[in-house]
This record gives sequence, C-alpha cells and structure tokens, in this order.
Amino acid sequence: MGEAIVITSGKGGVGKTTTTANVGTALAMFGKSVCLIDTDIGLRNLDVIMGVENRIIYDIVDVVEGRCKVRSALIKDKRIEHLALLPAAQTSDKTAITPESMKEIVDDLKQDYEFILIDCPAGIEQGYQNAVAGADRAIVVTTPEKSSVRDADRIIGLLEKEDLTEPPKLIINRIRNHMVKNGDMIDVDDIVQLLSIDLIGIVMDDDEVIKASNNGEPIALNSSSKASIAYRNIARRILGENVPLQSLDTEKGMFYKMKKFFGIRS
Amino acid sequence: MSNKKQFVTIKGTKEGLSIFIDEACSFEEAMADLQEKINAIRPKEYEPIVSVHVKLGNRYLLESQEKELREILNHKSRFYIESIDSNVILKEDALKWKENSEIKAVRKIVRSGQVLEITGDLLLIGDVNPGGKVVSTGNVYILGNLYGIAHAGAAGDRKAIIAASYMKPTQLRIADYISRAPDYESDGVYMECGLIDEEQDKIVIDRIQVLSRNRREISGFERRILNG
Repeated sequence: MGEAIVITSGKGGVGKTTTTANVGTALAMFGKSVCLIDTDIGLRNLDVIMGVENRIIYDIVDVVEGRCKVRSALIKDKRIEHLALLPAAQTSDKTAITPESMKEIVDDLKQDYEFILIDCPAGIEQGYQNAVAGADRAIVVTTPEKSSVRDADRIIGLLEKEDLTEPPKLIINRIRNHMVKNGDMIDVDDIVQLLSIDLIGIVMDDDEVIKASNNGEPIALNSSSKASIAYRNIARRILGENVPLQSLDTEKGMFYKMKKFFGIRS
Repeated sequence: MSNKKQFVTIKGTKEGLSIFIDEACSFEEAMADLQEKINAIRPKEYEPIVSVHVKLGNRYLLESQEKELREILNHKSRFYIESIDSNVILKEDALKWKENSEIKAVRKIVRSGQVLEITGDLLLIGDVNPGGKVVSTGNVYILGNLYGIAHAGAAGDRKAIIAASYMKPTQLRIADYISRAPDYESDGVYMECGLIDEEQDKIVIDRIQVLSRNRREISGFERRILNG
C-alpha cells in the first residue's frame, strides 16, 4: 500500500510542478515505484517538464468519465523504471473532477505504487480541493518572497483541516544566495520560524533547472548540479533518511578551503 | 394609608435618594404604592433634579417591569434614575457574565486567512501570522509573535489591552480605534502592550509594566465587578 503526497503552494509559479517532477524522479532513482498525478486541469505542465507531452493518449478526465482505465492512461517513463505519470486534461477545467473521484483514483494507484505525488494547481479553490482529497501527506513549496510565504501560510492553515497523517513539510525553493546575504531576501530561518513546520529541503535558484525543464529532462537525472543534489536529498528525507541541509554557500576554490583549514580569515 | 403596609421606602443617603422596594410583595402592589408616593410628592418645576438609586433587594425585574418602573419614576417627577440594583440575576445572564469575563486559553497558530473570535479575554499560546486575525471582547494576551491583526474590546470596551511577547502587528484595534504599522520597515518590540491613551486619543504601544499603573483592574472579571 503506497503513500500519497500532495505538493502545493497556494501561489503560482513557485515551482510546484518542477518539484513534483524532480522529487518523483529522484524517488524512482532510489528504486521506489512512483506515480505522478497532474491535477492542474486546463493548464497541464507536468508532462512537458517530464518530456512526455507527445505520448499522452488518455488523461485524468478520461479516467473520471469512464472512457478508460487508470492504468491505460498512465505514461511510463522510458529513462527510469517504475516511474509513471497520469496527465491532466488540457481541454476541460477543474470542475471536470471531484474530490471523491480523485480519492478513488489515488486509492486505486496506491495498490501498485509506493509513492503517489500529486501536483496541485495554484489557488485554493476546486483544483486545490481535488488535489488534496486523496493525499496522506503534504509538502508546501515556497520561495523566499513575502507574497509566496503569505500564501504558504494560508495553505498550511487549510491543510491543517485536512485528514493528513502528519503536519505538512516545507520546501524553500529558488533561494538566491547573494540576495539572502545582502538581506534582500527573507532568511530561511525566518521563514521556518514564521510557518513553524518542518523544513524538508532547500533548493538553490539554478539556471540549469530551467534548461532541463525546457528539454523535458528533470534536473534530478543530472547528477552534478546543486539543485539536483537538493532534490535527491529531499527524496532521501521523504524516505526517512537523516540528511543534513545543504550549505547555502556556493563552492569556494581549493585555496579558500586550505585557508579555512588553517584558520586564516580571508 | 396608615393601615396599609409600606412596600416602598424612600430614604436620603449620602449618594442621593434611595428607593427601597420591598422584595416580598407583588410587583403590582409595589408599583401602586410607588405611584401613590410619587403623586403625593408632586414636585414643582423649579425644584432641582434629584438622582435616585432604586434598591430591589432579592427581587428580579423583567424587562417590561423595569420599563414600567422607569416610566413611573420619570413621569411628572424630578427624579433621575442613577441605578437599579438587584441582588439577583438570571442564570442566563450569570453564564453570559461568566463567559464575558473568563480568560480563554487557545493553543494554536493563527495563520493567514484565519480568524479567531472569542468572547471574554483571549490568552493565545502561539503566533498570529501576517494576514491572521484575533478578535476578543476583552483583552488579548499573546504568548508568541503577533504579526497579524489583533482586535481587543471588540464590543466597545476601550479599556481593553493587547499584550504580546513579540509585537510587530499589521494593525492593532481596540474598541473603535485602529492603528497600523508604519510604512517603513521597522523592528518589532518584545513584551509590550497596546492600549488606548485617553489624552492622545489613540492607541499607543508601551512597556507591559505601565499596565500596573494605567490598567489596575486588568482582569475582566475584576473590572466588571468594580463597574457593576
């Protein structure tokens, strides 16, 4: 019996879909069977980021309306084993499915997959309610901006009313180190203190993420970039491993490390 | 009249006139007696207005009865009713009184979009985040951070206060007063309280210690007992 995790944020554009794609990919790389569900009906993106857009035949609305079985709508990833995607419909809107039908689909998929990651649309209306309906756990994504922290706070308040097995976890996405240092961006600690939920990962702002998304290759597949490591760390924490948080500092050269080692201040 | 029992006694005390109404007789009898006494006095136009305290003893007055009493006393007389005192109140009123004067402890984080409404004093153990709001008819005490909106004395009690371990509110509201955070970025304050300053006619934020001077009867219960 698998576990369903909804990835949500309230605000749009903070990286829910990217997070879903990469955390899902990372979990699958660790050998877990993972199914991603895109619930952003009418504005689907997850398939594009996963690079499977042209393979969609059936979507979630087809499943709900009984035109096909859940399993025939799933798209299996060709790069990693045990990774599948249930795409959203592009032609309908959020009212095409209900929380009850969503829960049914998720419960069904839990039989076959260890992790179901649900990509939630922005907002707190029907789309959000659909996405949350089947979830056991929740991950809230925010960026170090006031507006997105506010919305995260609102979403956490709403999630508290849901029937979840544990309080939601927090991912802080798109941290720009130089801005945090100058005090132009909100501190990670301040965000965690305000939202008072557990931090499960921080992800640096990385140009590679955009590049990878455009190529339809989740960054988690590329082992060298910092964001990729961050996503894999999040996946390991979801699996219950105790991984320390990545340091915010960008890699310094060998010389700096030597100086640090000998205790010389630069 | 001499053979009739006295139901209503009027006495002069240092607070003014007191009208004692016997608690054993029926309300009609008492009112008839009172009417008679008032008629007998028949005050003149030039006489000064006298304030009276009506003492009911262990009698409870219905709203309609109180209205009748007020009508008799106000009609063709130079009386002004200062207070109507009774030793008894309805259980319903007593419960309401209790509810209004109790401190309610709530342990939660009031997040953006959430509103916590309380009758009586609120003791919040947790934070009020930006966009969150707490409202109480009495005082608001917050053991935590106040970033959102706090409204004390929501039913119009201007003596209500807002105290917090850490205060950086978007707005403070007390009764019908509103004050908001300055437009520039400022640091919050620790262990301070907001209260209405009568002289400045606005909400001021001060150290919690000033409360021992300015709001001695801090507990809602004490305050209401003192004010009747």
